[in-house]
Amino acid sequence: MQLFPCPFCGPRNESEFHFGGDAGNQRPEGFRDVTDGQWTAYLHERNNPKGPANEIWMHLTCGEVFRMERDTVHHRVMRSMALVEGGGDDGMAH
Amino acid sequence: MTRRYSAFALFKEGLNAQKGWQKAWRSPEQKPRYDILIIGGGGHGLATAYYLAKNHNIRNIAVIEKGWLGGGNTGRNTTVVRSNYFFPESTALYEMALRLYETLGRDLNYNIMLSQRGIITLAHSEAEMEMAARTVNAMQINGTDAELFDVEDVRRVLPLINLSPEARYPVFGGVWQGRAGTARHDAVAWGYARAADRLGVDIIQSCEVEEFLVEGGRCRGVRTSRGEIRADRVGMVVAGNSSHLAAKAGFRLPITSYALQACVSEPIKPALDTVVLSPATGTYASQSDKGELVIGGGLDRVPSYGQRGNLPVLEHVVSGLLEMFPSFRQLRLMRQWAGIVDVTPDSSPILGESPLPGLFLNCGWGTGGFKAIPAGGTLLAHLLATGKHHDVSRPFDLERFARGRLIDEAAGSGIAH
Ligand SMILES: Cc1cc2nc3c(=O)[nH]c(=O)nc-3n(C[C@H](O)[C@H](O)[C@H](O)COP(=O)(O)OP(=O)(O)OC[C@H]3O[C@@H](n4cnc5c(N)ncnc54)[C@H](O)[C@@H]3O)c2cc1C
Ligand SMILES: [Zn+2]
Repeated sequence: MQLFPCPFCGPRNESEFHFGGDAGNQRPEGFRDVTDGQWTAYLHERNNPKGPANEIWMHLTCGEVFRMERDTVHHRVMRSMALVEGGGDDGMAH
Repeated sequence: MTRRYSAFALFKEGLNAQKGWQKAWRSPEQKPRYDILIIGGGGHGLATAYYLAKNHNIRNIAVIEKGWLGGGNTGRNTTVVRSNYFFPESTALYEMALRLYETLGRDLNYNIMLSQRGIITLAHSEAEMEMAARTVNAMQINGTDAELFDVEDVRRVLPLINLSPEARYPVFGGVWQGRAGTARHDAVAWGYARAADRLGVDIIQSCEVEEFLVEGGRCRGVRTSRGEIRADRVGMVVAGNSSHLAAKAGFRLPITSYALQACVSEPIKPALDTVVLSPATGTYASQSDKGELVIGGGLDRVPSYGQRGNLPVLEHVVSGLLEMFPSFRQLRLMRQWAGIVDVTPDSSPILGESPLPGLFLNCGWGTGGFKAIPAGGTLLAHLLATGKHHDVSRPFDLERFARGRLIDEAAGSGIAH
């Protein structure tokens, strides 16, 4: 069992977490101007890197969504942080 | 020199102290240029080379493999073959594969140990029975074999399963496909390799593709760990590494890579005479010819390229099996391993030209591409030889994601991922 660090709860079992996709995959703005290609990229295409990855995860137990940098080959976690500045360290985000 | 396998050859070599057998395939030096190059020496890559030579008479071909033949997912899977999918597009694809498997041993002159022992997909509630009936209807309409089993039918094919109504997952019945079963996975890779080699295909192992040669907006070949190789058309068949190589070719794919695990028990006497799959417990199993129980389940939940798998999913899979077969509790597990699989949003493969012209894709088979090898090879060979889709591969083009015409098998047939 690997421990993942939730920025709000600290290290917890990997089975408490849900993968949420690439960090920075922003929903395209502008209803009519968005092309098929942009929608496809947003909805379906993934970076899926072999090595360092920058991802969104959810800690199911506390319900918080956060960003985690980890390596997809050896699974080491480099950083995990709240999405909003100041989140995760004031104890109020729950 | 004995090239063909037969009872007579076995007898002859028996008298000759087995000295006349030839190597199953050569280890040729790579040429600087081929008509068609295939990246990835797994089942799909080797089958593609074989069908290019056999069906399209194109012989100046190479298969490039970074490791060894069949060392990827083709040598790591749990060997189940079946065509019990939901949508007509999928049945056309997987049924084409199963039909080819039925005569493949003879076609390749190689015993792939196909054993059509049937598969039972269990239903554990009244609601799941209704879904099972829907699946059976769809399969029959799409032209493959399917039967709806009740509890008594299940008892007949699975005498050791716990059928008590008090079970944690009581059994109500299930979907039976009698022509499904298992085939020896290494033999499929080796059989295609040997047959392709005999038709003149160069199989180059320990050679990794590192970059693509792009000229005038087209793929013109690859740069490998052993130098450049040029080709008019290139096929990329690198399950688990598809996104990684696609990034080098300048595009992204609708794929996430996950580890998928399997394990085997110590060998026992014949105890399980069919393939059993239970989506509710997240487990499937069959017994190998050696007597081991071969056990598999769902994907790991963490995207990964680390080829070993993690404990929570393994525990889940094993507990699901023991729930259904209490008598298997006495068995010891001998080995566990994992492969990296390409998972698409609709659990269906990607077959077709890539966004880089001249580069063609066969990927995204996820947890279930072993059963599809003969079809995947036939269809990619067709694409590479003609530049055009076969009717069966067209719905699986990468374009489907832009058009929104997904073939959502996870939703359709309720497979586990
Ligand atoms: C545990 C497990 C159980 C499974 N069970 C089943 C099952 O019961 N039934 C079923 O139908 N399917 C099953 N599957 C899925 C099935 O194994 C795969 O879908 C199938 O083997 C894919 O075949 P392939 O030829 O595309 O890939 P592979 O056999 O993985 O071949 C790809 C090859 O490409 C090579 N490669 C990668 N990158 C490069 C590069 N840069 N240069 C050169 N070569 C490269 C790799 O070394 C590899 O040999 C299972 C998979 C796993 C992991
Ligand atoms: Zn938390």
